[in-house]
Amino acid sequence: MDFSTFLIQLLNALQYGLLLFLVASGLTLVFGIMGIINLAHGSFYMMGAYMAFALTALSGNLLVAILVGIALSVLIGFLLEWALFSRLYKRDHLDQVLLTYGLILIFEELRSLLVGDDVHGVPIPELLSASIQLSETLSYPVYRLFMSAVCILLAIVMYWLIRHTRLGMMIRAGSSNREMVQALGINIDLIYRIVFGLGVTLAAFAGMLAAPVSSVYPGMGNQVLIICFVVVVIGGVGSVWGALVAALLIGLADTFGKVIAPDYAGLAVYVLMAAVLLWRPEGIFRRI
Amino acid sequence: MAELVLSARGMSRRFGGLYANRDVSLDMHKGMLHAVLGPNGAGKSTLINLLSGDLPPSAGQILYRGEDISGWSPDKRSRAGIGRSYQRTNIFPAFTVFENCRLAAQSRTPRALRIFSKAVAFPDLRDAADRAIEQAGLAERRDVVAATLSHGEQRQLEIAMVLATAPSVLLLDEPLAGMGPEESQSMVALLKKLTPDHAILLVEHDMDAVFAVADVITVMVTGQVLESGPPDQIRDSVAVQEAYLGEGEPDDE
Amino acid sequence: MPLPRNKTRNYLPLVLLVLALFPVFGSSYYNELIAKIMIMAIFALSLDLLVGFTGLVSFGHAAFFGAAAYSVVLLSPKYDPGNLWLVLPAAVLTGAAVAFVVGLFVLRTKGIYFIMVTLAFAQMIYFVFHDTPLGGGSDGAFLNVKPELRIGEKVLLDLNEPMQFYYIVLAFLVVAYVFLRVLLRSPLGHALAGIRSNEHRMQSLGFPVFLYKLASFVTAGGLAGLAGFLSACQYGFVTPEILSWHQSGNVLLMVILGGMGTLNGAAIGAFAFVVLQEVFSALTKHWQLLMGAVIVTVVMVLPGGLSSLPQRLKGLLIGGGNRNG
Repeated sequence: MDFSTFLIQLLNALQYGLLLFLVASGLTLVFGIMGIINLAHGSFYMMGAYMAFALTALSGNLLVAILVGIALSVLIGFLLEWALFSRLYKRDHLDQVLLTYGLILIFEELRSLLVGDDVHGVPIPELLSASIQLSETLSYPVYRLFMSAVCILLAIVMYWLIRHTRLGMMIRAGSSNREMVQALGINIDLIYRIVFGLGVTLAAFAGMLAAPVSSVYPGMGNQVLIICFVVVVIGGVGSVWGALVAALLIGLADTFGKVIAPDYAGLAVYVLMAAVLLWRPEGIFRRI
Repeated sequence: MAELVLSARGMSRRFGGLYANRDVSLDMHKGMLHAVLGPNGAGKSTLINLLSGDLPPSAGQILYRGEDISGWSPDKRSRAGIGRSYQRTNIFPAFTVFENCRLAAQSRTPRALRIFSKAVAFPDLRDAADRAIEQAGLAERRDVVAATLSHGEQRQLEIAMVLATAPSVLLLDEPLAGMGPEESQSMVALLKKLTPDHAILLVEHDMDAVFAVADVITVMVTGQVLESGPPDQIRDSVAVQEAYLGEGEPDDE
Repeated sequence: MPLPRNKTRNYLPLVLLVLALFPVFGSSYYNELIAKIMIMAIFALSLDLLVGFTGLVSFGHAAFFGAAAYSVVLLSPKYDPGNLWLVLPAAVLTGAAVAFVVGLFVLRTKGIYFIMVTLAFAQMIYFVFHDTPLGGGSDGAFLNVKPELRIGEKVLLDLNEPMQFYYIVLAFLVVAYVFLRVLLRSPLGHALAGIRSNEHRMQSLGFPVFLYKLASFVTAGGLAGLAGFLSACQYGFVTPEILSWHQSGNVLLMVILGGMGTLNGAAIGAFAFVVLQEVFSALTKHWQLLMGAVIVTVVMVLPGGLSSLPQRLKGLLIGGGNRNG
């Protein structure tokens, strides 16, 4: 592997890892703070990608599609939290698993009914469609760099949000002691609604962002969901920082696994997970 | 001198930068009841958790019949004869009193491979369970589902379960907490009855009970041993009085 | 837990009778359907040992089912019937062995981690069969001729015969059911119930909890392997889809739908699920939408599963009911 190939793979790994982080951070936040295991989280990623496809086809502009898509995702998140999830906080994990499994089936079929089962592509916006020449034969698309940059920006915003804002303080307090927060007069239901909405939006946004490079296809949500579980297991449930580290590790393992042993690349991330489980069954990091 | 059964040597436990136990040493002998007193946060529960294996020590040794067991898991220690009860009632709420104790007794002879035999059919387990229930004074409640017992009765069951495992060491974490005066009295009587055959560590807030049953008392403050000795010595100790007066009433949970 | 005396037990001989006589009246379509339900019931029973009786919510149970099904195909000669003496134990052992290895990892975790880790490991095994040529890759592989039970030259049982197959499945369902009933009242079964109720106390009473959970996991894996064996013999081919997480989700659904922690519940759940699947898929290509709606409704209004329905109705009639929110 020469240097520019290596660089390209490294950038790919970074971009994939960061994208995973966006999806997984929502999953880990929703669990860490609300105690909800959400199997349907991957469906929000799928939803985002399909929204990007449908809305770009309508408006002809990915940016517009993303803005409308974000608004829709927030709305969907609030609605689901209000109608279903808010009733499950005191229930068993089993009920949560069951409900969210049912939701996956519903979302998949709704997608099939509304958009069909074909694989679609979303055009890369013209502004970002150029490539950077790395060597005579190799180049790297600007849009992927843009994706990584957006993800990094969002990670910084999230860090700031959780560490330095009043909302973040309430979120952190809520994750450690629900009763305490309520006793302090903070509206925990509202916090939960916001956190859930945030989780849905992050996953959907990741889907929208990924749509132009990954294409849009049925089952894309489930695939990302399981990898996100691996991220959360490696990073530690509830730890956003852990999710970032784990997502990047997985990005590297998957990308370079494909280069080194293409036939077994699908297994690389799971081997990584198994190793972490032996070393630290509760994940690398524990808390937010 | 009575037989030394379990002892801690310079045992410490840190949580982050805080010491919950610091350089704690104490001895437990067969036939003696060793009580541990101290204000809340003195590290008494941590002490029991360290001895039972629920928490690993950060430093120091735990010796059981001369062997260092600080690396042993809680179940291995239990099988070796170190039984414990919990401060917060820790039972199988959906099972009957009998099944709670029968299961406890089963841990001594697991018979895990005898999958074609009925668990309730082994007479030795039934006897061990019934004996423990009798000792703890729950005979009349034998077939009641544990969740429906009164709080005091659940505390008795907590003890009965440990007894059913036929331990040689008893680590009892506030067995009297939440008991009525009558129940307390019978528990104190039980402790006296158990002492000759066991090495007992008793963490308890009820001073009267402690001074009535203890052979040795250790007073802990902020994770460290303040003083250790026979009840008379502790009663007269200036350091102990100061520690308690400084902390106010010790028994508010 | 001392199992609550279940009144439905009295109906078991009747159920058995109906199942035994069914092929006399049923068409081949329905025979196949009932056989499928019975196979799924074995599968659901095996998972109920984990979820309902040990308190381990596994979302990766299809891995053992699937691995065993693949082992049937891989161990059978291409154009001759496999030897049942060999293939059946091998399939059960495969399920158990895979469960043993996976269990060593996943049982180090608890609660929500356990759910996620079992799912991830099952997915890993899915990829083993999907991505490598071992079992024909994503296309799967055919079991051209189903195994036979032979003594010397004499063929005692031939799984290619639908009737014989039906009764073999029924026999295995009975065996699995009775085996679990016996197991659950044994010392091991009581210990597992204790672990489900209060794992921490079990450990402090001196039970090596990890080993007990591993025993439960391996047993469940072996039984799932039995179901996988029968499934491979029923359809005559295997694809990676039988290892997929949908399969794990569906069997978990059966257990929960039926009301976990009762063996009858798991079987009822399997029945309800397969029948719903048949009915819905006859109605529309998008049958999963209906299935999803049923699941969501059950969770929201019927937390104890289908088998809690009679009690709930009784509660409603007497007044009050017992909604546990």
